[in-house]
Amino acid sequence: MAVERFPVEASHILMFARSIGDSNPIYSDESHAGSTEVGSIIAPPTFAQASAQFDPDYFLRPKDGQKWFGSGGTASGTLVKDEDKDDSKSDDEKSGSSAGGLHAEQHFTYHRHLKPGDVLSAETKPGESWEKESKRAGVLKFSESITEYRDQTGELVVTARSVGVVTEKVIEQ
Amino acid sequence: MGLKADELNVGDSYSEVIVEDLTRTQIVQYAGASGDYNPVHSDEKFVTEVAGYPTVFAHGMLTMGMTGRMLTNYVGDGRLTYYGVRFVNQVWPGDTLTARAEVSEVREEDGQTLIDLTISTTNQDEKFVLTGNATARVD
Repeated sequence: MAVERFPVEASHILMFARSIGDSNPIYSDESHAGSTEVGSIIAPPTFAQASAQFDPDYFLRPKDGQKWFGSGGTASGTLVKDEDKDDSKSDDEKSGSSAGGLHAEQHFTYHRHLKPGDVLSAETKPGESWEKESKRAGVLKFSESITEYRDQTGELVVTARSVGVVTEKVIEQ
Repeated sequence: MGLKADELNVGDSYSEVIVEDLTRTQIVQYAGASGDYNPVHSDEKFVTEVAGYPTVFAHGMLTMGMTGRMLTNYVGDGRLTYYGVRFVNQVWPGDTLTARAEVSEVREEDGQTLIDLTISTTNQDEKFVLTGNATARVD
């Protein structure tokens, strides 16, 4: 993932805070925020993840002119067509559940907190990858990525470490 | 306003119910705000017929976000220097989640007083859905 321009905006912070059920006025009320030690509206701690909105290639967002793998007239727009039952296809290609895999870990280091007016860029680099055997989901393939978020002056503001997992089979409940 | 180091002890804890009876609508709301439209979180037809799950489930990041509210309510706004989690079980519509933080260390670093916290979020069956750690500046 590379995000060239992620403008941090007050309305986006408000919507994000609402979606996590957080009505703390530090995320929406300028006059309240101005009276606190923080001094301005800031973004909730996990907001950097919303940079996905500004990643032109983010694959978990439907895009103009491209087939989407969620349901339309049929259960899946793109995946698991008849030819995909072919055993030569990898599990990734066949299984909708592994479209992007599942999120296993997420870590944020805050050099400072994000605020409206910041214009961030983000660069993601692959980290380590490893495998683990699980009773509930078969072989688990983990892969790590590190994303550095910088502001308009080039200052590093948030470092994110994400671990994704692709499971061999759907996790038993 | 942060917590006061001289009033804190290892083992102190704080908890909050972060969501009661999680709705599919809130999951959709999170998809819209975060930009993660993976159909496993909102598309009942896809998730049951293609992905093979019993119903839609929450984004791990929604649980992390809601758990973050408990954290910032405890340590204060703008005080976190680190927040990291593992998603250990899926979160489903109807779940009621409780998030808890416990002080594991109070320490000095670069002239700042920091606390380390151990975090866990459990569902109504007392099953862990998220575990993690955080570090915050205190006064």
